[in-house]
Amino acid sequence: MAETLVLRGGRIVDVNGTRPADVIVAGGIVTAVGADLEAPAGATALDATGCVVAPGLVDLHTHLREPGREEAETVETGARAAALGGYTAVVAMPNTEPAVDSAAVVAQVQDLGRRAAVEVAVAGAITVGRRGERLTPMAEMAALGVHLFTDDGAGVQDAGLMRRALEYASGLGVVLAQHCEDNALAAGGQMHEGAWASRLGIPGQPAEAEELMVARDIALCRLTGAPVHFLHLSTAGSVALVRAAKAAGLPVTAEAAPHHFTLTDESVASYDPVFKVNPPLRGATDVEAVRAGLADGTLDAIATDHAPHPPEAKELPFDQAPPGMLGLETALALALSELALPVEAVLALLSWRPARIAGLGATQGGPVAAGRPANLCVIDPEARWVVDPARMASRSRNTPYAGRELTGRVRHTVAAGVAVVVDGEARR
Amino acid sequence: MTAHLLSIADLGVDGIGKVLRLADRFVEVNARPIPKVPALRGKTVASLFFEDSTRTRLSFETAARRLSADVLTFSAGSSSLNKGESLRDTVETVEAMGVDALVVRHRSSGVPWQVARWARRAAVVNGGDGWHEHPTQALLDCYTIRAERRARNLGEGLGGLHVGIVGDIRHSRVARSDVLAFGALGARVTLAAPPTLLPPSLEGWDVEVSHDLDGLLGKLDVVYLLRLQSERMTEALLPSLREYTATYGLTAQRAERLGPDTLVMHPGPVNRGVEVASDVADRSVITHQVANGVAVRMAVLFLLLGMVDG
Repeated sequence: MAETLVLRGGRIVDVNGTRPADVIVAGGIVTAVGADLEAPAGATALDATGCVVAPGLVDLHTHLREPGREEAETVETGARAAALGGYTAVVAMPNTEPAVDSAAVVAQVQDLGRRAAVEVAVAGAITVGRRGERLTPMAEMAALGVHLFTDDGAGVQDAGLMRRALEYASGLGVVLAQHCEDNALAAGGQMHEGAWASRLGIPGQPAEAEELMVARDIALCRLTGAPVHFLHLSTAGSVALVRAAKAAGLPVTAEAAPHHFTLTDESVASYDPVFKVNPPLRGATDVEAVRAGLADGTLDAIATDHAPHPPEAKELPFDQAPPGMLGLETALALALSELALPVEAVLALLSWRPARIAGLGATQGGPVAAGRPANLCVIDPEARWVVDPARMASRSRNTPYAGRELTGRVRHTVAAGVAVVVDGEARR
Repeated sequence: MTAHLLSIADLGVDGIGKVLRLADRFVEVNARPIPKVPALRGKTVASLFFEDSTRTRLSFETAARRLSADVLTFSAGSSSLNKGESLRDTVETVEAMGVDALVVRHRSSGVPWQVARWARRAAVVNGGDGWHEHPTQALLDCYTIRAERRARNLGEGLGGLHVGIVGDIRHSRVARSDVLAFGALGARVTLAAPPTLLPPSLEGWDVEVSHDLDGLLGKLDVVYLLRLQSERMTEALLPSLREYTATYGLTAQRAERLGPDTLVMHPGPVNRGVEVASDVADRSVITHQVANGVAVRMAVLFLLLGMVDG
């Protein structure tokens, strides 16, 4: 139920720049933007003093776990975590049980999404059951609005199949997104292959297992002309390959996850599986390269790879525990705290650029202007807070940042004209 | 000594020295007609072996009994792990029985670290984790080198000795602990293996590497052979057992290059005819290693649980 809201005293930051302004929201859209606006009768005032008023954040890479793993997360709990993190839209990854490889499963997740706090866009699988063997009915799923297709969790190993998938997708105007990992070279590696894996006695996967598939898919992009989006790039080599591909004018886009610009494989020395993730935490030079790639636009977006797992799964031995970390409630603060970038640049990486890649530009990513759908977040860039897993809205607790102090916090989130987060508390 | 023994790195040079000196006293105890002392009477030691290991488990349990501790034995095959009980629940259940020390063996690297985080009061001893560490094996290896050289009047300590560790370093917890322990005591360590059986990175390892066992053997004071597991062939790490033996096996012919005082060691169990020829195994000090293992583990348990500092 859309509300009438007035956001008072903030500073708008969007694709058009920065300016102080109040914002009035009614009937699900932004109705007025300007200085000292008069609030309509019955409007709820949201204090934005000292805050940035921005288009809502858009996550290209969220595991909502429903259907199939509701003990870890549901569409409802994941969307609530997203709203608290400043997101007004998430792209739900298709590695559910069953996988999102048919129109029926797409419709099921979309239906759950309609009752959630934020917009839930559904990504479909490239191959049936994500097994890398046969193409999914992409046209049927595209007809329901699916824009991104990926077998995330696994890369499409067969270059011939990937070529055909790209060609087929290009006829539908949809985009394929790749989890880059050459299975033969990764060979079951449980962390980054390097000095730490060698010392810790854990089988590693080399950076080259990711880079081989990045290089292959850049070649396939050149061959087919179809756009490719690279998920969660984690190595210096991958960043360099994408930089060169963009310089050559190829239609590639890429994202990086917050843990790949904030943590290294040294964290694994604790043997705590909360630090296990795929792609794995890499070395310090990779972290620097990811930061540089985000700064120079080689990497288009920050995507969380929010991957909830219940506590018992993260208490298995390291080599048996599933990979994945929570991300939705910490991504913005990590980007503001750890990347030495101005707030406009951080928001480009978290909002309008991912909105375009997700095909959500009509509703998400701003600008904050009269007539636009009211998907907004209000950020206090100076607020300091300490990450406490027990206070997270996600159904799971597997954040690697417990106890870390961060700067920058979401004060309010307005999704489709509804104040879903007010003063840092979820309203639904 | 720390509250737990998880890694050789927990001990440092002083800690290793302390264990070895105390082990001397327990070797004397073990030579008595009644090899038992009341040092840990009233204490309970549980061995949590999530992976089969007859020799290490028996060695720890014998050590605990000779110190008059009570012993609980847990082995994965007969446990409620088969009923789906989690590792953490198993550890907390065993500890709730009033256990003072948990000796943990697991096929996954790092499990003793996880157990140490969950344990409320018990000392955790790493009985071997995955490819990672086997600290009591390294301690008994240091003890054995010291004792054998002393018995042959070759001097005290490991300082300046050249130790070659031969074989599957990559998958070896014994090698990782031995490299730390031998290095801490001042030995020069050379790893001899085909590149596929070395860890992908040796950054931070105080070692040299050789791919020429024949050239190396004559220079060694100790040749330490590792067990080669047959699954390494299916992982394309080696072409064949035959080729491995031809290049890195301590064959009878190759053993002739060894000096008269060079020690031949192996953590067991031995693949006779693969990493070491049968006759050469017989001239080794493997059974001494096993005997010393009990005394060294007595020293470790005593230092962790004993009332009086050794």
